Order: sequence, then C-alpha cells, then structure tokens
Amino acid sequence: MSHWVIAPVLLPALLAPILLLFLRKRLMESRVVSIAACLSLLGLAILLMVQADSGVTAAYALGNWQAPFGIIMVLDRLSALMLLITAILALAVMIYAVVTGLDRKGWHFHPLFQFQLLGLNGAFLTGDLFNLFVFFEVLLIASYGLMLHGGGGARLKAGVQYVVINLVGSTLFLVAVGLLYGATGTLNMAHMAQRVAAAPVGDHGLILAGGLLMTAVFALKAAVFPLHFWLPRTYVSTSIAMAALFAIMTKVGAYCILRFTTVVFGDGAGPMAWAQADYLLPAALATMLVGFIGVLGARNLRHLAAFSVVGSMGTLVATIAVFTPEATAAALYYLPHSTFAAAALFLVADQIARRRGDYGDALSPSPIFTQAGPLSVLFFLTAIAVVGLPPLSGFPGKLLILDAVRSAPGGWWIWGFILGTTVIALLGFARAGSTLFWKSAATPGVIKAAAPVAPVTAAMVVVGLLSVLVALTVAGGQISVYLEATADQIYTPASYIAGVMGPG
Amino acid sequence: MSIEFLVASGVGVLSAAGIYLVLRARTFPVVLGLAFMSYAINVFLFASGRVVINQPPIWGKDVAAYTDPLPQALVLTAIVIAFGMTALVVVLALRTYLEVGTDHVDGLMDGKATPEAPPAEAPTIDTPAAISGASSGETRP
Repeated sequence: MSHWVIAPVLLPALLAPILLLFLRKRLMESRVVSIAACLSLLGLAILLMVQADSGVTAAYALGNWQAPFGIIMVLDRLSALMLLITAILALAVMIYAVVTGLDRKGWHFHPLFQFQLLGLNGAFLTGDLFNLFVFFEVLLIASYGLMLHGGGGARLKAGVQYVVINLVGSTLFLVAVGLLYGATGTLNMAHMAQRVAAAPVGDHGLILAGGLLMTAVFALKAAVFPLHFWLPRTYVSTSIAMAALFAIMTKVGAYCILRFTTVVFGDGAGPMAWAQADYLLPAALATMLVGFIGVLGARNLRHLAAFSVVGSMGTLVATIAVFTPEATAAALYYLPHSTFAAAALFLVADQIARRRGDYGDALSPSPIFTQAGPLSVLFFLTAIAVVGLPPLSGFPGKLLILDAVRSAPGGWWIWGFILGTTVIALLGFARAGSTLFWKSAATPGVIKAAAPVAPVTAAMVVVGLLSVLVALTVAGGQISVYLEATADQIYTPASYIAGVMGPG
Repeated sequence: MSIEFLVASGVGVLSAAGIYLVLRARTFPVVLGLAFMSYAINVFLFASGRVVINQPPIWGKDVAAYTDPLPQALVLTAIVIAFGMTALVVVLALRTYLEVGTDHVDGLMDGKATPEAPPAEAPTIDTPAAISGASSGETRP
C-alpha cells in the first residue's frame, strides 16, 4: 500500500493551519508557501498519475481499517486525472492572484485557498459516500470565504444566495446518504455496489430514491438545468480570478455523477442500472441551450464567461449521461479542456476590465484602451477554445463527442444541440469581440481612472493556460490512449470493487 | 401510537416547517428554516439505523441485540457541520443587512425594486474585506 495516495489531501491540510496561525500577517512568506504548495501538488498529481496508469485500483485504508469498516481513499486513472486538472488550475489561479494583488484584499486568502484544494482533492480521492459529504463541506466552506473575498455589497447579496442554496443541497445529500444507508447498510461505494446488486426487489424503490436524490445533489453542484440558477450570479459577483478557480467546482459534480453512477448503478444493479441516464440527458441538453443562449444575451464579459461555463457543463453532462466507454472517453477529453478554457476566459475578462476604467467589463463600446492589440489576440484565442473551433482543443473535444455518441440512443439529439449551440456561442463571442475591440477602436475619447494595470505576468498566466490547451491538442493521440484506458477502467466496476474490497 | 409513527411524523413536520421557512423572502426565516431542516435530517439519519429502543450501541460478549452505532456517528458529524454553517450564515446575513441595508434575500428594498447595482469589482484595498477580513477589520499595508 503506497502512502502517496493520501498526500494530496495531507499537504494542504497541514499547510492551511500553518498559513493561518503563523504566516497570517506575512504576505511574502504566505505567497512563497502557497505557490510551493501548488507546485508540489502538481508534482504529486503527476506522480500519482504515473502510478495509476498501471491500471491497478489502489485503495488506501485510513488508519489501516480495512473496507468496509474504515474510510477508503481510492486512486485510479479517473481520480489521478482530476487531481492533475485541479493542480494545474490551482497553480495558474494562485500565480494570477499573487501578481494581481488579489490576495492583499483580505487576511485569509492563502489558508482558504489551501482548504479549497483540500476539499477538492479529498472529493476526488474518497471511496466513501459520507466522507464525500465531509469533503464537499470542506470545499464549500472554503469557497464561501473565497467567493466573498474582497467584499462589496453585490458580492454579499450573491454570497447569501450561494450559501443558502448549497446548505439546502447539503441537507438533500444527507437525506440521500440516509436512504442509501438505510437500504444497503453501508457507505462504502464499492461495498454498496455489492449490496445493491444483491438487494431484494422490495428495497429497489428506496435504493432508487436515494440514488436519484444523490444524483440531483451532484447535478446541483454541476449546475445542470434546472439547478443552474445559482451559478451565473455567483460567478459574476465574485472576483474574476476566483471565478476562474470555481471552473473546477462544477466539474466536481460531473465527476461524482460519473463515479457514483458507474460504480453503484452500473450493469450490476440489474433493473436499476443506469436509472439516472433517463433524467440526466434531457436536463443536460436544456443546460446546453440555456447556457449558450445566455452567452448570446450577455451584457458584460463576466456574464458571458459564466454562461459559457453553464453551456459547457451541459455538453459535458450530456456526454456523460450516454454512459458508454467511448462517450466517457470523449467527455474526459472535453472536461480538462472546458475547465482551462473557462478559466482562461475569466482571466482575459479580468485583464480587459482592468484596462477599461469605468467601463469595466460591460459589453459596450469604450474609447480604445491600452494594449488592446495583444488582448484582442488573447480574447480571440480563448473564444475559439470555448466555442470549439479549430485549431484549439475545443474542436477535437467536440469532434470526439459527436463521433462517440453517434450510435447511442439519443445521440442525434446531442448532435443537434451541440452543433446548434456552437453556432449560438459563436455569434455571442463574435458580438462581444467586435464590440470590445472594433467598435472601441472607432470610439473617440480617453479612458479615465483606469485601475493600475497588472504586470505582464498576469497575461502570461492566460498564455500558460492557452498553451495547456495547445498541448491537449498536439498530444491528443497519447492523451486519448490514456483516456480510453480510463473509460475502460470506469466501465469495469468489478476492478474498482476488487481494488477496494480485496479479491473475492 | 407507535414510536415509528412519532419519529416519522417528527421528521415530516420538521422538514415541512424547514422548507416553508427556507422559501421565505427574508434572511432570518431562511436561517431558521435551514436549522429546522438540519434537525429533521438528524432525526432521519438516526432512523436510518432502524428505530431500536434501550439497546447498547457497542458489541459485547453477553449482548444479544444492539443498535447500529454508525448513524449516531454520522449524526454527530452532521450536527457539528450544521452548527458551524448556521453560525456562518447568521454572520453573513447580518453583514449583508448592514452593508446592503435590507434583509431581503434578493437584496431588494421593501416595496420597490432598486436598480441592480453594477457588479462592483472589489473595492479598493482600504475597504474592510468581507468574511475573510472580518475578524481584523483593518487591512494589509
């Protein structure tokens, strides 16, 4: 049993209190420790990914209490992939926050950031439903703090709504856990899969109710229609760099839907198998439509970015809801792409807003601002990535999805919605870009009271995120091989169950 | 009247009150509603280990029947988390009331709709930060 599995949880868990207790008033030291932590998490994620690529599902029993009695952390290809995405995004956002001085706007930015990473990494690694609830709470509590970081009345108003809806979500999570525990007598997902497969017919109703309620909670996190209303308001009100970090939060919901459904409600569940798919697919298609229509109607860049997150979640969840290995492999390619593209879009929006003074990020013509040329290139590239046009990774991502869902039931619906919403998104981004750059170039006047422009390093973070997308495209072949192996592993839940519960 | 009926109707009444209050327009009833919902969940989680009366939760050699100890551990965790979250949401609601001037969940004034404030990018560094800076009130140099 390798102890490295627990390291991505342990490292932020140890650093956050140190940052809080000893380095609270020492900005420079906090920054060094935080960035070092993000770098080591990246190293750990790569190490674990290499380890997971052997195809073995590694289970780590906390306190050496064997399953099903203790809490189990599970490392397989899917968790390793999610850890790597989190680490890359966290590093980019942390550097951005430091160079733009966001971390100076309050006292507890760095500890909260580490707690956020603790919750995210834990949620990706745990194999126990109640432990998943606890890690959800950790990441949510940290996100409340980060969301409100920097203050302001509008932020507080949206913050109350964000906190309340997530508290209701947590309550429903506990109801679902209670139902599933009452019906199966276990909380370990692998053990639950065995119990569900052997459940008497009389218990099927209870198990289904618990499973569907659980999926509804994950759908709330993933902002799937009609549970998406909290997302635009939250992302628009928080500081833009934090919105970029939250691009991973919706993916936690998508990850949990994929993990929970394939392990517990896979083919082994008999008549209850894939019960979620019937509800998820229509909801995801509606999400796609709502999101990209929102892009078209956006009044400022933040709305544009927030609704594009909703739309890309729709695309992602629709592909996951097909529940075939091919579609899941395509979804797993689209997942990192949409995370990094959304983060890059938020950061570009921040860069533009900083240079436009009173005009901020509103989509209205303003006098030309400084460095509009380089920024227009960055905006153009990011828009291409988000919409899914060649040559960046959004295009192969959507192509893989279209190819994978062709023979699936409901596949043609996905085709129609993806192609249609891509056109809508294209129009929305073209409108935004031409207003911001072309019409502005023709507007006379000078921008007053521009905020101090961030150093070039900030824009370099965007370039870094875009180069990750380029790498995703260029190395698409090798990555697809890994992702297909991942999908195969996901759809043989027997290997997961054997890895956790031991052979036999 | 059986104990099962009492537990079930207790959960039902608490959830109903909680849902009704959460859907109210002002923050104080919403906070109370969240508290009611978490009470309902605590009782419900207890019941998920079956309703067993007067039995020990620990296995012993001469104990024939015992109650499931796991839901009790879960309830303990859930109570701690719900307690912390209630405290947070109370502070947040109070601070929103002081800064925005209304306790309406939508942030609207009584009777009339205020024009939506522009999504203010964080104020300058001298403004006291929200929760993350609330304990100190001062700001970084």
